[in-house]
Amino acid sequence: MNALTVTDISFAYGARAILTGACVAPLRPGKLTVLIGPNASGKSTLFKLIAGLLTPSAGQVSLGQTDLTTLTTKDRLSRIRFMPQFFAANAALTVFDVVMMAEKQLQGWRVTPDDMDRVAEALYTGGIGHLAEAYVSELSGGQSQMVSCVQALIQPADVYLFDEPTSALDLHHQLAVLSRIRESVQARNAIGIVALHDLNLAARFADHLILLGQGRVLAEGPPSAVLNDPALAATYGVDISISQGPRKDLTVHAYAS
Amino acid sequence: MMAVPSPCGAANFHIKDRYMTDQAFSPPSSQDLVRDYKRRSAKRVTLVLGAAAILLATVTIDVITGPADLSFWRTLHVIIQPSIATVQEEVIIWDLRLPVALMAVVVGAMLGIAGAEMQTILNNPLADPFTLGLSSAASFGAALAIVLGWSVIPGVGGLFVTVNAFVVAMLTSLALFGFTRLRGVTPEAMILVGIAMLFTFNALLAFLQYGASELQLAQIIFWQLGSLARATWTKVGICLVILLIVLPYFLHRSWALTALRMGEEKAAALGVNVPLLRLGVLAGVSLLSAVAVSFVGAVAFVGLVGPHIARMIVGEDQRGFLPLSALAGALILSGTSIASKAITPGVVYPIGMITSLIGIPFFVSLILSQRKRHWQ
Repeated sequence: MNALTVTDISFAYGARAILTGACVAPLRPGKLTVLIGPNASGKSTLFKLIAGLLTPSAGQVSLGQTDLTTLTTKDRLSRIRFMPQFFAANAALTVFDVVMMAEKQLQGWRVTPDDMDRVAEALYTGGIGHLAEAYVSELSGGQSQMVSCVQALIQPADVYLFDEPTSALDLHHQLAVLSRIRESVQARNAIGIVALHDLNLAARFADHLILLGQGRVLAEGPPSAVLNDPALAATYGVDISISQGPRKDLTVHAYAS
Repeated sequence: MMAVPSPCGAANFHIKDRYMTDQAFSPPSSQDLVRDYKRRSAKRVTLVLGAAAILLATVTIDVITGPADLSFWRTLHVIIQPSIATVQEEVIIWDLRLPVALMAVVVGAMLGIAGAEMQTILNNPLADPFTLGLSSAASFGAALAIVLGWSVIPGVGGLFVTVNAFVVAMLTSLALFGFTRLRGVTPEAMILVGIAMLFTFNALLAFLQYGASELQLAQIIFWQLGSLARATWTKVGICLVILLIVLPYFLHRSWALTALRMGEEKAAALGVNVPLLRLGVLAGVSLLSAVAVSFVGAVAFVGLVGPHIARMIVGEDQRGFLPLSALAGALILSGTSIASKAITPGVVYPIGMITSLIGIPFFVSLILSQRKRHWQ
């Protein structure tokens, strides 16, 4: 099993540079990395570059010894599973249908009993079994995020990328979804990267924390190191103080500066 | 500080409400989920087979309906054993009614499929061969032949109205295709260009109509109203060949098309090359609608409503949506063919009128009776 490395990656939408030479230290399998950074700091762009949905203007993404640009889109997406931030779902498709779609990997017309069992099991363990026959157009924002998450996790992959999987979820489901992502990543010995806005959740779930800002990686390392880095407060433009919660967890307090 | 209990037990109500919606009292087991899915899949197969059976019935009725009184059994006998037919029966059944009945089925299916996939790739519930200007282009091509006697491709003889309609519709698709190559394949751009085409060809058509003689004007109008009377075995054959070329591609890409309904980004994340899929499907859809429209005229409504009926019944999993859209289109046109002969005995009305007149109230009632709403 190989580490994921991002070297000097740059990308621009026309003249608007999003990433300018971002480097990420090799990310180890079985670990959950959390990506933090202000709005428009390039978190989604970095994900799309890793997933191969965008082509970098410079730099390289490699998995072990393999340069990912040498893979075909199909091979690449079978190794890297990406959950985008939004899904516009006004479709007449049920939750079971859309998870089945991910299970089938868009191949083969026939659905086997095995496929059905796997989808049903994933929905059940994902806590959305009761929504299986609901249309995706009827889901709340939080429910569709949970569906997306189940969709992303149903197939084995080497790398899982989740773009803000908890932004519309309530407290209980935030913890449940992130725990499930972390457990899956550990159980499959895969590389997991999650973009989060909530620094307290980031502190709680990250094995490794990456702070993105101004198109570059400003700090990375274990949560305690990154959260105590002065770059954090400077990037977000707030005053930050860190305290320890009742269960030895780090709690981030932010104040307008 | 203690939380103040809210009056009227509102807090309790909320907790219960949440419990009801997000975690059912006893969450269904995975066996339950599989059972529900299997039941729905079986229902889908039943519906498709049922629609096919009804279609067979309408085709049969279509063949026995008409000015010359032929009984059901006699007609069936002539079809199964052509040698027993009298000359009159042979002409009526084999040369007139069967091509018309089958033409209604294949053209209806083509329009249903074209509409379904246009709505899918353009992410727009109003998309059909009309929205992209293909029907107007075909009408213009036909008018060009009728008024100026000018054939786009020389030497096609009596078919030149049809050929003109087809060529102009295909050129319009190619222009649309070229435009999307230049400016990127966004649904908005495609629809806007399609609507620009629609108005351009309507204006050009009006120009031709202005200069046309009364007889030519009547011919143009008649062509636009749509008619199955021009059906021949050759045309039915051509339509079948086109369907056999395009349909396997659509079936092959059915998961990708289903995925596209989840949004472009989601589809891309699942491994769909969205621009390539849009272009491929646009090519197929153009071919289907150009052929259909050039053979039977500008038949409104079938390509729009067929897919909507299918969507309401089986949802948008292409494995049910595609066959049922085709069947719904075929059923609408086959039913129209019967109605066009049955309303006034001895008169065959243009089908375009009937699809709109009978179909629209039916469609509105379907929308009103729908509980689930999509496309909001």
